[in-house]
Amino acid sequence: MRILLFGIAKDIAGAPVIELETPVQQVAALREHLYNRYPRLRELRSCMIAVNKVYAGDNDALQPGDEIAVIPPVSGG
Amino acid sequence: MMIMDILTVIKDHITVQEATDFVQTPECGGVAVFAGTVRNQTKGKKVHKLYFECYTPMALLEMEKIARYTRQAMGVHKIAILHVSGEKLPGDTVVVIAAAAPHRGAAFAACQYAIDTLKETVPIWKKEYFEDGEVWVAAHP
Repeated sequence: MRILLFGIAKDIAGAPVIELETPVQQVAALREHLYNRYPRLRELRSCMIAVNKVYAGDNDALQPGDEIAVIPPVSGG
Repeated sequence: MMIMDILTVIKDHITVQEATDFVQTPECGGVAVFAGTVRNQTKGKKVHKLYFECYTPMALLEMEKIARYTRQAMGVHKIAILHVSGEKLPGDTVVVIAAAAPHRGAAFAACQYAIDTLKETVPIWKKEYFEDGEVWVAAHP
């Protein structure tokens, strides 16, 4: 399972893309996994997950092949 | 992305002119424009440059969502939302929104709505470079 990271989340993970050895089934589980692997993500103002380029909720399911991205607090404009 | 009356763009360099050129149309008597530029300081600290990182495919979809709303609910006929990516210097234009409507009220309101919503929802990140370091804007509480 490939995860894209942006902004400060990319800096915290030290890479723009990470692999999950064991796929997770749900957004909440992914978030928990990421928080354990990169505790500094917990310090962010927010940490959204996008699935196939749409903001996802904690209860949303993850399928193999989904485009998954970690979205730290946005600051465009 | 150009869908009839909506233009959304992310690229290195943007101008107010390309946004207003797109929205100009004879049925609209009001064109409002918002342009965001790089400020030379933040809380008194001198800013040398900014770096914008974009999750471009998703950012374009979110920008399109904003644009569609202004057309469906706010009375806008044509709207352009442009944003830059990469390094920018103080004074550079980094975001442009142009909205055209039959009357000025809808055009002004759409620009306000679009920039406020863009700052909340569009996956673009800004890093500020100061003399003594750099920081991702608004990342921490």
